[in-house]
Amino acid sequence: MQTYLHSVTLRPEKCKGCTDCIKRCPTEAIRVRNGKATIINERCIDCGMCIRVCRHHAKRAVTDPLSQIRKYKYKIALPAPTLYAQFKELQDVNFILTLLRKIGFDSVYEVAKAAGRVTEMSKSLFQSLNKRPVISSACPAIVRLIQIRFPSLIENLLPIMSPMEVAARISKQQAKALGYKEEEIGVFFISPCPAKATDVRNPLGIEKSYVDGVISIRDLYLELLCYVKEVSPETIENLQKSTYDGIQWAMSGGEGKALGIDKYIAVDGIENVIRVLEQVENGTLGDVDFIEALACIGGCLGGPLTVENSFIAKSRLQRLKKHEQKHKQFINSLRDWDLSFSIQWSKAVDSKPVLTLDKDMQKAMEKMEKLDKIYSTLPGIDCGSCGAPTCRALAEDIVRGQAHIEDCVFMLRRRVIEMAQSMVQLSKKLSFPTMGQIKKENEQ
Amino acid sequence: MNLHYHVDGDAFIAAGEASSQVKKVLKQLGIAPHTIRKIAISMYEAEMNMVLHANGGDIHVEITPHKICITLKDEGPGIPDLELAMQEGYSTASQEIRELGFGAGMGLPNMKKYSDELSIRSEVGKGTEVEIIAWLP
Repeated sequence: MQTYLHSVTLRPEKCKGCTDCIKRCPTEAIRVRNGKATIINERCIDCGMCIRVCRHHAKRAVTDPLSQIRKYKYKIALPAPTLYAQFKELQDVNFILTLLRKIGFDSVYEVAKAAGRVTEMSKSLFQSLNKRPVISSACPAIVRLIQIRFPSLIENLLPIMSPMEVAARISKQQAKALGYKEEEIGVFFISPCPAKATDVRNPLGIEKSYVDGVISIRDLYLELLCYVKEVSPETIENLQKSTYDGIQWAMSGGEGKALGIDKYIAVDGIENVIRVLEQVENGTLGDVDFIEALACIGGCLGGPLTVENSFIAKSRLQRLKKHEQKHKQFINSLRDWDLSFSIQWSKAVDSKPVLTLDKDMQKAMEKMEKLDKIYSTLPGIDCGSCGAPTCRALAEDIVRGQAHIEDCVFMLRRRVIEMAQSMVQLSKKLSFPTMGQIKKENEQ
Repeated sequence: MNLHYHVDGDAFIAAGEASSQVKKVLKQLGIAPHTIRKIAISMYEAEMNMVLHANGGDIHVEITPHKICITLKDEGPGIPDLELAMQEGYSTASQEIRELGFGAGMGLPNMKKYSDELSIRSEVGKGTEVEIIAWLP
């Protein structure tokens, strides 16, 4: 059994034990136990919803500190295009890429450039697949959601590496061509989300990730700001190799637009994605050939590890389109480094039946019947006081032996009342011989 | 185990809820994904037909380790010519509605395609009973 490694973790000292995160988790992966939230590892898809909704900042994503890059002789930054949109007055991507060089990276390979590559390959791969609708595999949180909640749709996933992974492979090859040894090269992804950090430690569809570390945009932002003053128009390096086609992957609709498929839909926000996937499962989505599904509202621009709000970020990226003309030269240079490796998935993505009540179907059915029975006695108001997101989830936890019916405050009250009543009943039945004795003695 | 659902005919907003519930239960029972998808498609189609044509009805689901049997019973208008209704492309929808993309006449053929066994008993003026069976490996 594969172990689950997660980027999203809890800081217990900050957790107040409220119900905000348990209510919004799309896979019902959080419970409040003994006053603190706990994450059920098998169910967590690292979407970062809990990081977003926690008012007490008790949830966080574990990513690498910038200091980690010092472990390597040749340091490569792979900035997600979302990074560009964090900066005011964004006119030239080169400005941000130069900042990355200033902060200590030896070279920069834009994930947006790799996205251009992936777009090209996706086009031909899409034609060769006979499943429709094809579902984008660009968002790792969505792929994990499908593994857990929609296993029948795994075969609809576009079996292709993420732009991050392609960028890591190409940039490592280039560094080796410069004479560096494998162990001297450190490739760092600059990430808008925790799901990517998990994707590096526990990759999907491939054996091993070529990314050596993940630094969150939020962590890096302040450090980059410190260097802004040091960059002047004269010192901006000409590093940009990406086109707008690749850059727009950062926003919802970007991948679909770049692919040029007529019948595509772009769904963002994990709750919206779940609704659409339900429809695909029921065969009622209609004539859609491609679904771009992103867990965050606004796409990666809305990632939980970003700084700027996604609407402003989107506007900034869109303004880059004006410079598209300037980028045309790079489109021709897209093929300048031939891919010496296949970017298709080399490993099957399995379903993760963590919702199953029991491996043995007979036992699962017995548990299901018990679950239904318990559920029918619960108040059904989904208040969350028991620490489970819904009454149904509590019934499930009870059947799994992880909770008991008294965790429900309403059931507990009923029990207390019943006990009090039976005490009263009992008291009426009792006579008090010794007390009677005492009374008599007192009278004498 | 058995599941029962009552489907309202006038609540289009709730149409498909029974299928959604059944899907959830089957996932928790650990039924194979492709089997769940087959059942989801055929049951959803049948449930929608019940809402659209028969003002709702009752759904009974029986699950054993060997098969899943879904019975949908309504007291609607019934299907006059079942053989005709089973033909691909046959539809009771008007030309105008079909031009809008509805009533393509694939409902019943799809139900047949996605179920291992499908039997329909219908009597005009009395109602329709649809039985969908999926055999489990």
